[in-house]
Amino acid sequence: MGIVLKLKKSDYDKILEHCENGLPNESCGLLAGTVDGEVKTVTKVYLLTNIDASNEHFSMDPKEQFEALKDARANGVGIIGNFHSHPETPSRPSEEDKRLAYDSTFEYLILSLQERDNPVLKAFGIDKEKNVTIHPIDVVE
Amino acid sequence: MKITVAGNKKEYEEGITLTQLIEKEEIENAEYVTVTINEEFIDRDNFPTTVIKEGDTVEFLYFMGGGAR
Repeated sequence: MGIVLKLKKSDYDKILEHCENGLPNESCGLLAGTVDGEVKTVTKVYLLTNIDASNEHFSMDPKEQFEALKDARANGVGIIGNFHSHPETPSRPSEEDKRLAYDSTFEYLILSLQERDNPVLKAFGIDKEKNVTIHPIDVVE
Repeated sequence: MKITVAGNKKEYEEGITLTQLIEKEEIENAEYVTVTINEEFIDRDNFPTTVIKEGDTVEFLYFMGGGAR
């Protein structure tokens, strides 16, 4: 078995709504949760500002990142991953996404809105050598 | 002394600097990490001279960004 990400349907909807509202620009956020062996469970989604305000790249606001981390700690969990949207390209890490993936323990989620009526959310692990692995997302009610 | 590092209670020797702590914690890609101590952001230039104190809470934040192309 490999790594599996468990994500509540309500959190999936939250990510989708945030990314749709952010169009035409990329949107981003953080995922708090737990890690139990190969099962990573998202317990809360944080919607952050893309301070680049661009449709081709994103940067998170460090102050918002820290507020999310503080809230996660207060809930007894950690930040286990992030997400961002690709408004016009598929759900796969770009070269820049890989280059800027500094934490090899993180889950990197990408929501493609290339086909507006068929959003595609995928989760990736990116190791220190920048090898990419797709992790299945188990969307639970 | 007891400090909290990334949410975990840790024991470190008195007088350790932030730069030394980053090394001991084996933080990946440390050059891209922002640090807070007790919720205050620490200027990177001050990492070598910032001494961690008993009871401090240290958090590491990676720069997070990317691009679609």
